[in-house]
Amino acid sequence: MSEALLSVRDVSVEFTNYGIAAPVLRGVSLDVPAHTQVALVGESGSGKTVTMKAIMGLLRDPPARITAGQILYDGRDLLTMPPAERLKLRGTSMSMVFQDPMSSLNPVFTIADQLGTILKYADRRLGRGRSRRERMERVHEVLAQVRMRDPERVAASYPIMLSGGMRQRVLIAMALLSEPKLLIADEPGTALDVTTQAQILKLLKDLVTERGLALLMITHNLGVVRETSSYVYVMSRGQVVEHRPTADLFAAPREEYTRALIAAVPRLTGGMRLGTAEARP
Amino acid sequence: MADVAANPPPPRRLSNAYQNWYRFSRNPTAVIGAAIVVLCVLAAIFAPLVTPYPEHVGAVVNFRARHLPPSTEYWFGTDNVGRDIFTRMVFGVRVSLQLAFVVLAIAVPVGTALGLAAGYFGGWVEIIIMRLTDIALAIPGLVLVLAVATVLKPDLVTSMAALACLWWTWHARLVYAITCQIRTQEYVEAAETLGAGTFHILFREILPNCVSALAIKTSLDCGFVILVGASLSFLGLGVQPPTPDLGTMVAAGAAYLPDYWWESILPGLGVLFVALGFNLLGDGLRDLFDVQEVR
Amino acid sequence: MEFLLFLIRRILWSLLVLFGLSVVIFGIARGIPGDPARMALGPTASHEQVEDLREKMGLDRPLGEQYGLFLAGLAKGDLGRSLLTERSVNADIRDTFFATFELVLATVTLAFVFGTPLGMAAAYWKDRWPDNTIRLVALVSAVTPTFLVALLLQILAGYVLHILPTSGRMLPSISFTPDITGLMSVDGLLHGRFDVFGEALRHLLLPSVALASTAFGQITLTTRASMIDVSNQDYMEAGRAFGVPEWIRVSKYMLRPAFVPPLTILGLTFAALIGNAFVVEQIFAWPGMASYGIRTIMQKDLNAVMGVVMVSGVFYVMVNLAIDILVGIVDPRVRIRGGR
Repeated sequence: MSEALLSVRDVSVEFTNYGIAAPVLRGVSLDVPAHTQVALVGESGSGKTVTMKAIMGLLRDPPARITAGQILYDGRDLLTMPPAERLKLRGTSMSMVFQDPMSSLNPVFTIADQLGTILKYADRRLGRGRSRRERMERVHEVLAQVRMRDPERVAASYPIMLSGGMRQRVLIAMALLSEPKLLIADEPGTALDVTTQAQILKLLKDLVTERGLALLMITHNLGVVRETSSYVYVMSRGQVVEHRPTADLFAAPREEYTRALIAAVPRLTGGMRLGTAEARP
Repeated sequence: MADVAANPPPPRRLSNAYQNWYRFSRNPTAVIGAAIVVLCVLAAIFAPLVTPYPEHVGAVVNFRARHLPPSTEYWFGTDNVGRDIFTRMVFGVRVSLQLAFVVLAIAVPVGTALGLAAGYFGGWVEIIIMRLTDIALAIPGLVLVLAVATVLKPDLVTSMAALACLWWTWHARLVYAITCQIRTQEYVEAAETLGAGTFHILFREILPNCVSALAIKTSLDCGFVILVGASLSFLGLGVQPPTPDLGTMVAAGAAYLPDYWWESILPGLGVLFVALGFNLLGDGLRDLFDVQEVR
Repeated sequence: MEFLLFLIRRILWSLLVLFGLSVVIFGIARGIPGDPARMALGPTASHEQVEDLREKMGLDRPLGEQYGLFLAGLAKGDLGRSLLTERSVNADIRDTFFATFELVLATVTLAFVFGTPLGMAAAYWKDRWPDNTIRLVALVSAVTPTFLVALLLQILAGYVLHILPTSGRMLPSISFTPDITGLMSVDGLLHGRFDVFGEALRHLLLPSVALASTAFGQITLTTRASMIDVSNQDYMEAGRAFGVPEWIRVSKYMLRPAFVPPLTILGLTFAALIGNAFVVEQIFAWPGMASYGIRTIMQKDLNAVMGVVMVSGVFYVMVNLAIDILVGIVDPRVRIRGGR
């Protein structure tokens, strides 16, 4: 498994609240090989979001503290590498799609401004020279890649002028700006209606397969897992309780907990498939 | 992040009451605020029992003891006619609390009722009530009270009436904002579907959601009403002598600055003390309930 | 285009509020039981004198007509005659307003110049000792009665330190009329009279510090709260995840949205600021409109008082209009939704 692009090994995280330290992750391990779509699934509070934040280096200390483990990216440990090195990877080679299209965009700046700024500092970290105009061209290009019909107009808009689905696509565009190798998606589209969410997931899947990206999809919805991933990690109470290829998991879930999760997905028995939003006979 | 904090895994889970108590007790400002408020209320209720010279409340004259500095006999000194300043301050706090109580006893129910109605019924009711609050908010409060005091007799009742006429708007806006959020929540719609009456929905489903915000706002407002009342008295438009009032005492004592500083500065600090108490309490409650929109 | 619509909406709304204000003021002046003419003349005046004044003030006509006259007067900018100074109220207010305006301007400047950075510092060191200290100072500052601050400053500077003047707007020995903007300090500078400029600032310092204490506290606390609120938003986390440097995140992505609530708070508390100006002008013998208001209130000079109240109200509404427009510029949500 050493060829995995991202490898989380025995990571433990503690949260200190009201003066009491509580373990939130207890020895989590998972691998995301290059060009592969992996899902991390679990109910609310299972620790999947904390795992994501630990990988991206977004945990705040205090209250959170990584007490043990390694997070290898391309064979190098993110937790021990110099912060400047880690900054070069974060948001560029390993990138992330944010969950909430309503609050993940700054309401008082235009899309062009926000994406342009991100690109500007990514360029600066990586030593890429690009003029302001070239950056704008790249922003328009990425907006077109996420199937925006009128990238120039979208770029000039404030977030409030866009629909939820369009904002979510802007968030995907944000993640693609610096041509990442690994995309971490935190339940994209859960804040949207089911039809729009299905479109977003389809777009994400298409983009990932077109470009051969590795995807770590974080979700509580096994329906999403089935549509987007070939391998699954199931988390519960801060631990990975089961991990297998997606098809195997659905065919014969080993753990009681996984069975309960699968039973909780109404789409499976109804035969409804994401992306079509129509029940099949 | 939120799902983790709200659901800490074993080994042990903390009860809500313990969490609230923990947060409250770890918030020194809230504890101090509560202590000050309780102290002031008790002192106001039992003023005749806890003050050394309760008879100094009236128009007593004791020229041999004029302008005495703070001492063991007169803790906060005496004023220009020889009355004990500490005694008069305690009675002044009593007047201030009465003012705050009466103003808010009018403003809170009126504002709450109008805010609920505007938020729940919408349409013309909403337009009329909310435009009215906007206009009332556009009138500088103290200035209106000054105007009313000119036309009517300047005294405590006039000031209270004028303050209450404006103060309801803050509560109306607060309750309106919360009601608008809650009106479309599913449990309200569920109650409507089940045929619950308007009265039930307004007072059983929506109002309980406003209680913590109202409690915070009311606590903060107690402080501000007391401040405005003291400013009015200071300008000679509030409580009239010989009734002891902190603002009036400051104005009277200011004539003797800086030599007899205690006659004005100590009553001024008294106003600060009471107002600070209510504000600390309100702030503490805000942290406790985590209701950030109340200012 | 959308900004123009927003502008028109806000201005129309301000006009509506001003109309409401005029109704309220007229209601207080004429609707409240009691005879304004009798009140003005006192109990010793004869019946004929009272009747005479009633006629002069237009009190013998029907209420609707009186309101019409009142509005027409307002529209022409005619507030009637002052019984105290026996001049037109307009002239009295014109002579005093700019002193108050200068005081208020200095106050708001002080409150923002000190409140904003302190609020930001408190948010940055949230729950550590600088935050606790700043919060306590700001809270005490916000709830200390203005008259107490004013008196303490007077004692401190006037009697103990002997450096700053504690009353008036200018030294009696300097004769200078602010004839360009009406602001003593600015006009002194424009005329090249640096002695006037210096003295004007010296006189301005204590009253404006006293008046600023409440607003300073509130702006500090609001800035802190809104900075913290913004820093918890997902878009700040997104900036972090994408490696936007911290100083850009704080100075750009945080500051602009976080600046809106303090502005709004200033608009809301501006009413209290005008009210407190009465106290401060009284204590520092500042020759402004509020001092004039107090003098005329004591004399039951109805026209003058209503004039002062109306002008205060108009001032307040105008300031809020300016703030609304400013917020609209800073925050596209406001101008696109137009919401209040």
